[in-house]
Amino acid sequence: MTRWPLGITPHNVTIAAWSLAPVALYFSCVAFYHLKPVWLWTDFLVYVLIASMTAFFVAARRRAHLREPLTRIIQNRTAMVCLVVLAAFTAIGVLDSVHFRQPAAGAAAAGQTDRYAPEVTSVLDALMGPQHMQMETTYSAPLSLVQYEKSTVERADGVHERVFPRLKFAGVGVAAGDAHTRDIVRRVVVGALSGLLATAAVAALFLAWYAYTQASPVRATFRRVLRGEGDVPWRAMWVTLLALCMIVGVVVALADGYHVFGTDKVGKDVLYKSVKSIRTGLIIGTLTTLVMLPFAVLLGILAGYLRGWVDDVIQYVYTTLSSIPGVLLIAASVLMLQTYIHIHPELFPTEAERADLRLLFLCIILGITSWTGLCRLIRGETMKLCEADFLLAARGFGAHPLAIMLRHILPNVMHIVLISVVLDFSGLVLAEAVLSYVGVGVDPSTYSWGNMINAARLEMAREPMVWWPLLSAFVFMFVLVLAANLFADVVRDAFDPRLKRR
Amino acid sequence: MSEIVLSVNELRTWYDSARGPVPVLDGVSFDVQRGETFVLLGESGCGKSMTALSIMRLLPTQFQNNISGSVNFDGIDLLRLPEVAMRRMRGRRIAMIFQEPMTSLNPVLTVGAQIMEVLVQHSSLRGASARAEAVRLLDAAGLPAAQQRLDEYPHQLSGGMKQRVMIAIALAGKPDLLIADEPTTALDVTIQAQVLDLLKSLQKDFGMAMLMITHDLGVVAQMADHVAVMYAGEVVEQAARADFFKSPQHPYSQRLFEALPALGKRGRELSVIPGTVPLLDQAFNGCRFAPRCHRAWEACEQHAPAWVTLPAGRGLRCLLADNTWSAHAPAAPPAPPVVVHDAPTHTSGDADLLVVRELKVHFPILKGLLKRAAGYVYAVDGVSFSIASGKTLALVGESGCGKTTVGKAILQLLSPVQGQVNFAGIALNGLRGESLRKRRREFQIIFQDPFSSMNPRMMVGDIIAEGMRAQGVEKDQQKRGARIDQLLEHVGLRSDAKTRYPHEFSGGQRQRICIARALAVEPKLIVCDEPTSALDVSVQAQILNLLKQLQGQHGLSYLFITHNISVVAYLAHEVAVMYLGRIVEHGPVEQILSAPRHPYTQALLSAVPTLDQDIKRVVLRLDGDPPSPINPPQGCHFHLRCPHVHAPCRERYPDATTFGASTVRCFLYNDAPASA
Amino acid sequence: MLTYIVRRVLYAIPILIGVNLLTFILFFVVNTPDDMARLHLGGKRVSPEMVAQWKAERGYDKPMVYNAQAAGINKLTDTIFYVNSVRLFAFQFGSSDDGRDIVQDIGQRMWPSLAIAVPAFVFGLMVNISFALLLAFFRATYVDTLGTVLCVVMMSVSGLFYIIAGQYMLSKLLRLVPISGYDTGWEAIKFILLPVAIGVVSGIGSGVRWYRTLFLEEMNKDYVRTARAKGLSEYLVLFRHILKNGMIPILTGAVVVIPLLFMGALITESFFGIPGLGSYTIDAINSQDFAIVRAMVFLGSLMYILGLILTDISYTLVDPRIRLQ
Repeated sequence: MTRWPLGITPHNVTIAAWSLAPVALYFSCVAFYHLKPVWLWTDFLVYVLIASMTAFFVAARRRAHLREPLTRIIQNRTAMVCLVVLAAFTAIGVLDSVHFRQPAAGAAAAGQTDRYAPEVTSVLDALMGPQHMQMETTYSAPLSLVQYEKSTVERADGVHERVFPRLKFAGVGVAAGDAHTRDIVRRVVVGALSGLLATAAVAALFLAWYAYTQASPVRATFRRVLRGEGDVPWRAMWVTLLALCMIVGVVVALADGYHVFGTDKVGKDVLYKSVKSIRTGLIIGTLTTLVMLPFAVLLGILAGYLRGWVDDVIQYVYTTLSSIPGVLLIAASVLMLQTYIHIHPELFPTEAERADLRLLFLCIILGITSWTGLCRLIRGETMKLCEADFLLAARGFGAHPLAIMLRHILPNVMHIVLISVVLDFSGLVLAEAVLSYVGVGVDPSTYSWGNMINAARLEMAREPMVWWPLLSAFVFMFVLVLAANLFADVVRDAFDPRLKRR
Repeated sequence: MSEIVLSVNELRTWYDSARGPVPVLDGVSFDVQRGETFVLLGESGCGKSMTALSIMRLLPTQFQNNISGSVNFDGIDLLRLPEVAMRRMRGRRIAMIFQEPMTSLNPVLTVGAQIMEVLVQHSSLRGASARAEAVRLLDAAGLPAAQQRLDEYPHQLSGGMKQRVMIAIALAGKPDLLIADEPTTALDVTIQAQVLDLLKSLQKDFGMAMLMITHDLGVVAQMADHVAVMYAGEVVEQAARADFFKSPQHPYSQRLFEALPALGKRGRELSVIPGTVPLLDQAFNGCRFAPRCHRAWEACEQHAPAWVTLPAGRGLRCLLADNTWSAHAPAAPPAPPVVVHDAPTHTSGDADLLVVRELKVHFPILKGLLKRAAGYVYAVDGVSFSIASGKTLALVGESGCGKTTVGKAILQLLSPVQGQVNFAGIALNGLRGESLRKRRREFQIIFQDPFSSMNPRMMVGDIIAEGMRAQGVEKDQQKRGARIDQLLEHVGLRSDAKTRYPHEFSGGQRQRICIARALAVEPKLIVCDEPTSALDVSVQAQILNLLKQLQGQHGLSYLFITHNISVVAYLAHEVAVMYLGRIVEHGPVEQILSAPRHPYTQALLSAVPTLDQDIKRVVLRLDGDPPSPINPPQGCHFHLRCPHVHAPCRERYPDATTFGASTVRCFLYNDAPASA
Repeated sequence: MLTYIVRRVLYAIPILIGVNLLTFILFFVVNTPDDMARLHLGGKRVSPEMVAQWKAERGYDKPMVYNAQAAGINKLTDTIFYVNSVRLFAFQFGSSDDGRDIVQDIGQRMWPSLAIAVPAFVFGLMVNISFALLLAFFRATYVDTLGTVLCVVMMSVSGLFYIIAGQYMLSKLLRLVPISGYDTGWEAIKFILLPVAIGVVSGIGSGVRWYRTLFLEEMNKDYVRTARAKGLSEYLVLFRHILKNGMIPILTGAVVVIPLLFMGALITESFFGIPGLGSYTIDAINSQDFAIVRAMVFLGSLMYILGLILTDISYTLVDPRIRLQ
């Protein structure tokens, strides 16, 4: 084995290069477009999360007990299909977590480099184009050319008339009727084709790389993938990706000229709202567990290993916390937070920051209410491990308790941690909707599926009914949660098929 | 009476894996005669239990529909039977008892309900008459107070009693064939003797045929009429019991006998079967045993041996028995030279390395709001002994007698411990913190279960290095690495093992790693807590050889905790027999094994099934189970089961009586017995 | 047995005290009564007199934990802590911000809550167990695979969707039951029907899946093999042996929520306009009525602890291994 100084192997260098590339890209964009970076708290934590996940997988490659279940996951068709879907959601979430402020209008022309627009934009906003700034007046149905309700319009000849007014930003220049249908069909076809082409292009690159790593001719490799041979279910993944790309292609092509999912009460594009809600859902689902993990792991191991009064105290704390019904504890905490924000408005300069902090606090509060279950599991597992012979052997060597906890117990409870992180995710995404509905969720100004559903309650009661915001929120949420649930099942089976959990 | 009840022909059972079907049974054939006991013998993973489950068609789901061949029971091919008809066979014509009585009974149904269920299913008995029959069956199975037991739940019974209930359930349908899958493996040796006797007499009374599965040659010797030896999913030898024990033909059978430790083999190396049982998910070209066989030659690697029928109902699956091949076989190699172990060179330091005086470990039973001790488990209750350097003391006893607790208490891995533990002149139980931590280098432990004794998340190299790191042995990285290589080599493993994880190794190899780990800190004493009881006989021999060899080289002392008398006979210098937290007899191994004095020792030794066919041994039967250590009986702990019990035994604990080098605690030998 | 229950109850006391302290800190220390007053009176332009009056009306003008001015025992009792936290133990919840007696409100509103929660709980349990048994019986067949996939799909749908969709389908489209509201007596049934059905359906996904794993786990145990070796039919094995063992974790797991049933279902009740405790809580949260929220937090924890005690007791009743220790 070649010895590499300070562990700098070519492999590590490659990984470092890969992870530094987006950072470099980010800073060059900032410099080129004269942007002012904005760092929200949750953004920062998202980066931490991504970094620690990367570190985990790099570490897992070298450890057999982690590599083996991971391999099992990689070879599972359902898991990999779900992973493609989850990756798409994650990509949107990450793009939506890089925030900045653009130069103020006309600032560049005036030579001023330090004037910035007041609103905070994300990379996702920038990619989605100016569409989200284009507000209609009120509701409009999906792909419609006109408003959903009649309003009084003054005609050119001065006569007032009750009509369905044309939308300002949908189907510009397209006549109603056949032309409208033709335009939609054209866009669907173009979108689907471009999705197909994009997938084909990426697939070709992939195939070249895959053939190279497998050291087999491209044609044979292609045939193997096509037949679904090999350990990794590439074919299923590519079919999923193709479907995704085609859907995205169609949606993008349509969104260019229409409101694909209609508009809401104030004329905001519903598709935009649903897409922006992805970040909120992901953050609630992941940061909550990230926040609670250290407590649950540390206290669980301490209680299980040290026993005695430490155990008593820790048990008392988590029994007390878990005995308060979750929703009520969250409600009480959020009410207090609201009061605090209300009384101290000076601490929160912009709306975005206030909303962001409220999101973060929601994560923390959710974390506090949900760490008890994991803590109890880890305590139990630690106590079981303490009976294991290898722990006795370590004590027989006179190893330090700290060393025992770090080297023997922690690695042996990590699979529980991993499983519970994955399993909790979907529950938390669903909980966000309920909490926002109750009024103790995210800030009303934050885009979230919960807020959309909350608004939909009144919309459903309208006559005729406004159904599209509700449906849009549900479809997005359902796809994410279903993929997460199916993926979590495979993860649990791979890491510990016998671990019982609801 | 030579009517064939069960005839198994070319039975093949497999499961489907990603790489194709994996046969766990590959062409198994044998016949069971009415009224006889047919034993399937083999090491773990050879397919014995699979054979039984295939006959009963109770295989796990992954084997569903993956059986071929035929199983003829009384002229009916069970494998072709529809499931409904098969159900009428199970429990009625063929009954089965399992290895683990602890888990084989339904915990939420009463004993009576579980027996009567069979009666309702297979007979016309109902209600009171079914109940009466259930009592009769429990009586027949030798369960005391059968009437009351009927309404008890399984957890209220001891392991031996549960197995009796299982037997009663099996008898309920008055079956023609009883399949017993390792029925006594989970039981203590005195209980095993009871259950084996019971099975034998019931077989006679009911006129059943019995298909018994075991890994224990002693059980075979006691029970079998016919034996079939299985290896890697095949039957490799079949013979009547007497013939088999007189002259085993297959090299594997021969080696199994030779690998057994015994008193007569002391001082020399046990012959071993190298390697381990092969995994079945590979394609076999030649003989499956060839890689481990001492008689194998080139042909064995290429030609799978066919079944050869020999006279007197014997059969063999070996090229040596095949006339077309045996001519080419090389002559049998000369018997391996008897390697005599060097007598320990360190006998000079005969000073007592470890001296234990009045060791007591009482675990409190916490109850109530303030967790007061409501009582104690008297796990160890006044144990004294000493071990000289370079010697082995075997601590023998049945499960629950406190022998493992003694080991852990000596290593200061338990609290609270009363009494004295002096190691090399220093009182260990007076030491605390750092001073105890430093001492730990000198005494180490090897555990029974090779699977839980190593952290599955650590590489073997790190596992071995752990003690060195904790004790500051070989601080230099390079030197430590070299030392680990050397240790691995020392215990017979390649040095590339250190970058692998424990799960990649077999049980025997893991035990070697554990030994290397203990040796890494250069201890003077190693507590061996049943280190071979989870291993197959052939692997056990390897480990015993290694332990003996290491003792010779390093002058190690062993405290060898075991329930296996033959291992004691082979390895130990001195023996201490424990019963319910106390040592009842203690002395040099030859003396104790050949002339035991304490009634418990006598019973224990006589309960061990022996291979010797000629000696008509008198087996002393102990009734009942050992009492609970929570509430040990007054007086001599053994008096409830003792055949020689008399008045003083019930009143006080006997004092030690010395006979030369050995001591006994029994009133039979006390000078001042009140009455005899 | 009695001493066991007494001991369990005694264990609960320190936990309730902990809950109480926690709510006190949340409601009175993190935010002072002044903050609350300002929030309720709205905005920053509130005169100190108005704040003082608001506090006086609600008794929040007392010192926190120690009243130096009062005499004797009143030094301790005439405080916010005593009046608002300690008195919870005596079920003296005081009055809400709009002056209604909370205890009386709870007494009135618990009945509609129970009317929905109890049938939903009972039917839910029955439906879940039946489906789980069905899947366990057809294990490793297409029925099982399809069933489990369906469970995951149902789990992945937000509970809100069941409510909205159910309301839309059955009330608005088919006009089978009223959209919302409540009535007393037998008339209540038609209002209860939909919420109960939705309660059952929304729990099927996770419930059936969980119970199925419990049953399958039992199926792999040794005693099942013994039962099969007796020649019992698959039906008997399932119902006599597996069901009995599998029911132990299911029943004891279900017992814990029984006391909580009367707290009602938050979302369902507020959606269907049922005047139960769930909607009471939601309304209190939305109108930021801290007195009610505090009372509900206390009640909720009390019920949960009661549930835990009942769970332990039910274990000793159902499981012979524990009963006969």
